[in-house]
Amino acid sequence: MEYFIELLFSGLTRGSIYALIALGYTMVYGIIGLINFAHGEIYMIGAFTALVVSTALTIYGFPLLAVVVLTALAAAVWAASYGYTIERLAYRPLRSAPRLSPLISAIGMSIFLQNYVLLAQTSDFVPFPALVPEFAFMEPYAHIVGSSDMAILVVSALAMIILTCMIKYTRTGKAMRATAQDQKMALLVGINVDNVISITFITGSALAAIGGLLIASHIGQINFYIGFIAGIKAFTAAVLGGIGSIPGAVLGSFILGLTEAFATGYVSSDYEDVFAFSLLVLILIFKPAGLLGKATIEKV
Amino acid sequence: MQPILNVQNLTMDFGGIRALDHLSLQVHSGEIVALIGPNGAGKTTFFNCITGIYKPTKGDLLLTPPGKKTKKLNGLKPNKVTEQGLARTFQNIRLFPNMTVLENVMIGRHCRTRSKIFGAIFRPPGTRREEEEIIQDSLDILKKIGLAQLANEYAKNLPYGAQRRLEIARALATNPFMLLLDEPAAGMNPQETLELDELITTIRDDGLAILLIEHDMKLVMNISDSIFVVDYGKKIAEGSPEEIAKNPAVIKAYLGEEIEHA
Amino acid sequence: MLSFKDIRQGLLVALWFIFLTFPLLVIKINPIENSVNWRWLNMVYVGSFSFLIYLITRMVMARKLERQKKIKLGLVKEKVAWSIKLFSQPRLYLPLLAAVAVFFLLFPGLFSTYQVNIMITALMYVVLGLGLNIVVGVAGLLDLGYVAFYAVGAYTYALLNMHFGLGFWTVLPIGGVLGAIFGILLGIPVLRLRGDYLAIVTLGFGEIIRLILENWSSFSHGPSGISNISRPGFFGIELSLEMSIVYMYYLTVLMVLFTIFVVNRLQDSRIGRAWFALKEDEIACQAMGIDKMKTKLTAFSLGATWAGMAGVMFAAKTTFINPASFTFLESAIILCIVVLGGMGSIVGVIVGALVLILMPEYLRAFSDYRMLAFGAILVVMMIFRPQGIIATLRRTYTVKGDLE
Repeated sequence: MEYFIELLFSGLTRGSIYALIALGYTMVYGIIGLINFAHGEIYMIGAFTALVVSTALTIYGFPLLAVVVLTALAAAVWAASYGYTIERLAYRPLRSAPRLSPLISAIGMSIFLQNYVLLAQTSDFVPFPALVPEFAFMEPYAHIVGSSDMAILVVSALAMIILTCMIKYTRTGKAMRATAQDQKMALLVGINVDNVISITFITGSALAAIGGLLIASHIGQINFYIGFIAGIKAFTAAVLGGIGSIPGAVLGSFILGLTEAFATGYVSSDYEDVFAFSLLVLILIFKPAGLLGKATIEKV
Repeated sequence: MQPILNVQNLTMDFGGIRALDHLSLQVHSGEIVALIGPNGAGKTTFFNCITGIYKPTKGDLLLTPPGKKTKKLNGLKPNKVTEQGLARTFQNIRLFPNMTVLENVMIGRHCRTRSKIFGAIFRPPGTRREEEEIIQDSLDILKKIGLAQLANEYAKNLPYGAQRRLEIARALATNPFMLLLDEPAAGMNPQETLELDELITTIRDDGLAILLIEHDMKLVMNISDSIFVVDYGKKIAEGSPEEIAKNPAVIKAYLGEEIEHA
Repeated sequence: MLSFKDIRQGLLVALWFIFLTFPLLVIKINPIENSVNWRWLNMVYVGSFSFLIYLITRMVMARKLERQKKIKLGLVKEKVAWSIKLFSQPRLYLPLLAAVAVFFLLFPGLFSTYQVNIMITALMYVVLGLGLNIVVGVAGLLDLGYVAFYAVGAYTYALLNMHFGLGFWTVLPIGGVLGAIFGILLGIPVLRLRGDYLAIVTLGFGEIIRLILENWSSFSHGPSGISNISRPGFFGIELSLEMSIVYMYYLTVLMVLFTIFVVNRLQDSRIGRAWFALKEDEIACQAMGIDKMKTKLTAFSLGATWAGMAGVMFAAKTTFINPASFTFLESAIILCIVVLGGMGSIVGVIVGALVLILMPEYLRAFSDYRMLAFGAILVVMMIFRPQGIIATLRRTYTVKGDLE
């Protein structure tokens, strides 16, 4: 039973991280219909920025609390800036191009960013400092669920609640929903579609960076390639839930996280990644609209 | 006489919305039939159901090619429908923009020709002959439509009216016995419409039946043998142009006074 | 030409990129000494580099706009691309073609074994590029798992050679057929999908194949791979290492010629036209009576066939293979070749492969930045020249005395 609960928490932790990344995929897809292939790289850049900033601050003797706050801020700000820049450079000029052009551009961007980090930093795995301290009140349960698991769950739940509120209740959120439904009409009623798209990229990127920071601190090491696998898995989660749908992305992420945790816990961990890829292939073939997505009818 | 296209109680639902409601329509051999109605009445949906792009919710689509047995079109893929001898054009032009005019028509010959990969690579005499025939037949069609001198232009570079004619040429290349035209005169100037009028009549005189969606009332009244009027997915009237022009329900729903000075 | 406003904008862009690259390019942590290494020089590089790039793009764009305006007003004629000019005149391109043929024929005599080896690699990418070109360039199906079929071919030869001692010539067609079978098996379920989903599914499939090869050790020898694969036999004669490399070179050249011949004929056929039309408009294609699935499937499996054969050649050339040769990046490189060269253009793909594969080999300083450049090429080409360096022209037809 304890093992079961341990796996349950591990699944929920994975699920939350996937959700933080998947939200970015699903928001961008919902608004401009593009699979933002470089989104996994944003997550990786968030983690790397966090690594650099937190280590530097620690070396210069900042107290832990200040390090954590400043690191989270830096990771989110820089990842958001990268997200914004990528959209401006690689996607905006292609908005009216044939459908595959922005996708190819996104693949190029992903490869570029991976190698940029490889060249700017290192190709090796680097140790990542633990940013979450062992909370005293968690001590009795430490053998089942660690403090950093708890932190991941709480922080990502908060992030998702804030995002939902933003989309539901703010003007920006309303503009986003309008743009997602019909870009031309949104433009006609005076919504600045360019800004809405930029905000979508910025929000999605900041969320992914928080995810990157949390998981890096949880696992304890990162390299330039972590964005690829994490990106594909989060994309799988987004598709599973129904791409374009925000609750779908969260649902899909938790399903994927839990299944992965139980499958590796009870069966075998050799084929962990094969499992996610196969799931992706199967969903796209048999239920491309996902669990909560709507099937689209092409206008003729 | 048996109709060549017999649509019985065609119904199409999109989610909760009923786009077509028990619509029946017949086309006889050698007829020009017009389908009219206000925007959003379900005319294009009707075409899409017949040509296999949508799967109708209910109803029968029966096709009787000349000299052949009646066949049900329900559930056939679009390419199979075309193979049966029903060809169509599109409301918003769907040519192959980066192919030449001639190649666009040659694509229409695809379903009437056979050569496969082996033939493509080794080019045995049979394939060569077939290829020459494709080119010759396509050119003949272009001549008939009046686009032969533009054969090697890219389709995207054609003027608008010529693009609409090319769509018709491409549809004719599939050897149909019935042609479905979706707003062929949309965006044309009066001169072009007049030429289109002639073209459609010539095609009819070659023995093809034509089903036509059109907003240009003058054109419709001029050339149609019978007219079906739909509104909100339902048929509200059918008959000859004269009958339709007098029908109060039609005038009320949509034609208004337009008919008076037509 | 450049206004003050452009300069100011350029400076802002430079500042933005300095900010953007600050944490990753300037700060570097030394975890052993626990110290921070500030690389301020990088900041200067990034600033001046982005400033220059911005101004250059500005200038190029401005000139392009100017030209388009003039064309619209009828002041100047639209420029015919140099490649089109070249290929429309046999007087120009025949001598060039002859020179290229002589160069490739004499290559092993003129250059060292090392160079020949590099050229073989480049030519193999030509074959792969032409194969993928059928799928992506002609039929418009974005296949991101092309390398999976390459792996199928390579492992087919390696395993059949190891277990049953089968030779290169026997396995070459088997590899092609197996590639085709895998292509059909994958194609039937996935080709129904929309373009971008297809891309992701093929990517997933490619990774699945690689992960299986890595983990199923009893079958594939896992990450350590298979070594001592036989080189191609030459009528039963033992060749020296050097001679066998020269032999491999000519085999690859033959394979390239064969591929060009086939792809050329296919493009100019009933099937090839249908592929191209399918890329242009699927719905119109179906309305013209073209079976969408069947047509896509032929393109997809034909591309896979070529990848399978190229895989057999790869295994025969290197005599050692492991899963690391078949990563997603390999698929991306082949895609980059097609995109740079020009989708659908045979000459373009050949030039693209030679440039992208030979350049990093000869410009050593460049080789570290190879993948960075590949990524950038994909983005830049899509934005500024989606038709590739050599654009294709559709074939024109003339029928004797028939066109007025």
